[in-house]
Amino acid sequence: MSLHEQFAEDLALYALGVLQGDERVGLEKHLEGCTACRRELEQLRGDMALMALSTAGPVPPRRARQRLLEALAREPRRAAAPARRDWWTLVPWVAAAALAVGLVAALLQNSDLERRVGGLQNQSAQQQAELQRAREVVSTLTATDAMRVTLVAAKTPPQPQGKAIYVRDRSSLIFLASNFQALPAQKVYELWLIPINGAPIPAGIFKPDAHGSATVINPPLPTGVEAKAFAITVEPESGSSVPTMPILMLGAGE
Amino acid sequence: MSGTELKGGLADAAVLSAIRSGDENGMAALYDRYSAVVYSVALRVLGDAGAAEDVLQDVFMQLWRNPGLFDSSRGSLGPWLAVVARHRAIDGLRKRRPETDIADVVVSVEPDLAGDAERTRAMEKVRGTLGSMPSGQRQALEMAYFEGLSHSEISAKTGEPLGTIKTRIRSGLLALRKAFAT
Repeated sequence: MSLHEQFAEDLALYALGVLQGDERVGLEKHLEGCTACRRELEQLRGDMALMALSTAGPVPPRRARQRLLEALAREPRRAAAPARRDWWTLVPWVAAAALAVGLVAALLQNSDLERRVGGLQNQSAQQQAELQRAREVVSTLTATDAMRVTLVAAKTPPQPQGKAIYVRDRSSLIFLASNFQALPAQKVYELWLIPINGAPIPAGIFKPDAHGSATVINPPLPTGVEAKAFAITVEPESGSSVPTMPILMLGAGE
Repeated sequence: MSGTELKGGLADAAVLSAIRSGDENGMAALYDRYSAVVYSVALRVLGDAGAAEDVLQDVFMQLWRNPGLFDSSRGSLGPWLAVVARHRAIDGLRKRRPETDIADVVVSVEPDLAGDAERTRAMEKVRGTLGSMPSGQRQALEMAYFEGLSHSEISAKTGEPLGTIKTRIRSGLLALRKAFAT
């Protein structure tokens, strides 16, 4: 198996991220089915890594390390993903995460408190009120005696469902999937943020577990994008930069 | 995890394992090893220390939040970080949203850049290779790599034909590869 020479130069431009338009679309289509060209792309990216070494010399300021470690400390702790039966089982976790995000956001409003997120003593009355409201929401979501019902048309099998919770100003997105069908090995589901203006923005790829459930938590997104809707497509394993038709699921904000 | 351990060559795999389990010391170790590579390429692209530091933070935080972005079965961590940092810096330079899904970036290269001495030798070899390139080729490669310019934009700036620019960029990258194949 050898590299297809007609794509050789475009592959280099693609690796550099500077191939655009029809040439890019055509090459991406070819890459889906050509192992040799994908391998060459990996090697070209290796060449790019070598190129980066030509810049070696400058070192980051010492404060950057401390800044990173402080940012890590503010992040919610990760835990091993539990087996999931459906997305309702994640509600307490998501609610807790939402509470944590809300707390952090509220605290960050005060730059003095930014360095002491754990210290709650100096919260303003407004922050206290926000915290109380968040607690009430969590209490309802996590109540053991809460009735949780998904309404579907009568006499229909369980349908795929996706729940997207998006906070534009924080670019924070949580997506919960349930009852999704399994996909072939080389395929994944991809979530798309459809902005008010402009092209759909990739918002994470996922594969459902044995129960058809999956989550996407805070994928990389540009800041401050107003979402018109969210959509799901099936894409190659590594995901795509533009959605492949058809759109399987679509939902607009309420 | 101490600096001594790092210099002793604690494997990237062990550091990644620590990160996956939420160990902040693992992230600190990774930072100590690769922050200079990430920062220097971002600084060269952006020409601004503050912006380069932001890229540095962004790259490491993304890995912390989702260690699965890097698949160790498909490449080495150091080269992967260098490529991701360059992509993010170019996105910042061109004021565009991220165009490359970093989970999609697979990097195949030798050496793996994990050791200080290895990185220093590789750096000297890269600089030597770039220095020996014809100036037009080096210029086209650097404009694409450090400025994120397309072959059309480079052609417009230099007056050279599109096909020539394409060829120079690819052959420039291949020259780097060849330098490490011998």
